[in-house]
Amino acid sequence: MMTEISLNILDVAENSTRAGASLVTILVSVNTSTDELTVQLSDDGCGMTKEQLEHVTDPFFTTRQTRKVGLGIPFFKYAAESTGGSFSIESKPGIGTKTTAVFGLSHIDRMPLGDMNSTIQTLITCHPDTDFLYIYRYNEASFELDTRLFREILGEIAFDTPEVAAYIKEYLFENKLETDGGAVI
Amino acid sequence: MKTLEELKAIREKMQSQVSMRGEDHARTRILVGMATCGIASGARPVLNKLSDLVQENHMTDRFSVTQTGCIGLCQYEPIVEVLEPGKEKVTYIKMTAEKAEEVYKEHLIGGHVVQNYTLSSADIK
Repeated sequence: MMTEISLNILDVAENSTRAGASLVTILVSVNTSTDELTVQLSDDGCGMTKEQLEHVTDPFFTTRQTRKVGLGIPFFKYAAESTGGSFSIESKPGIGTKTTAVFGLSHIDRMPLGDMNSTIQTLITCHPDTDFLYIYRYNEASFELDTRLFREILGEIAFDTPEVAAYIKEYLFENKLETDGGAVI
Repeated sequence: MKTLEELKAIREKMQSQVSMRGEDHARTRILVGMATCGIASGARPVLNKLSDLVQENHMTDRFSVTQTGCIGLCQYEPIVEVLEPGKEKVTYIKMTAEKAEEVYKEHLIGGHVVQNYTLSSADIK
């Protein structure tokens, strides 16, 4: 069981990179007036066949050879649905996959969003050749992190160069704080 | 808001320095299991601790920290594998950020495997 929504997001995004995605878009949107927390991940990876898609929420289905269960998507779905929210996943072979989870923001069973910055940092560090577009919204305010723009500026300089890694960390920290005012989500 | 202008300033500063990145085949690879089992057991702080240490100490020319999938030993996650060219693979199990720091200092820098945390020292039934 995951303890934070941000860990579910990391898990699903890892699936996107394993599907060979060149761009993974991660949207986290908090809306206090509709009382919803929406998480959407979309990628341009290899996608799933109709048969795989039908079984993706079944915990006893996985494409892995190393074990017989696949709990990532079932965990995520359950986490959303147990807060009165919803879960959907769309996929087309050769096009990509889009996963959407809506959580009841103030529902007692909603787990904390957790350390989103750490999830994004981990993804960027581990997948230097994949681009990530992270959009964080808090009511009317929002910010974006787009590694394509970073890459354009940096050229040959790697994301794990200490100065660059520190910049990315601060970029996430400062902009998130400015967007949500430090709200505990 | 933090802007891209600051990143441009970093680039200007960096471009004057010669890249010291070692050849990929010469670097020691540090793999952290980041499938559902690894993430649920606490792999994220382990990976971040290791990559922070490597970056802060300017060791990216010697070590690459990256993620791997599930190797079928879910009960031992978080798992960290150290692949040093020319040496046998070392598999550390049930890692935490604190243990990872110890492995960084003792093994990666000091050259001594932290036996207590390895899979081979575990009592496998």
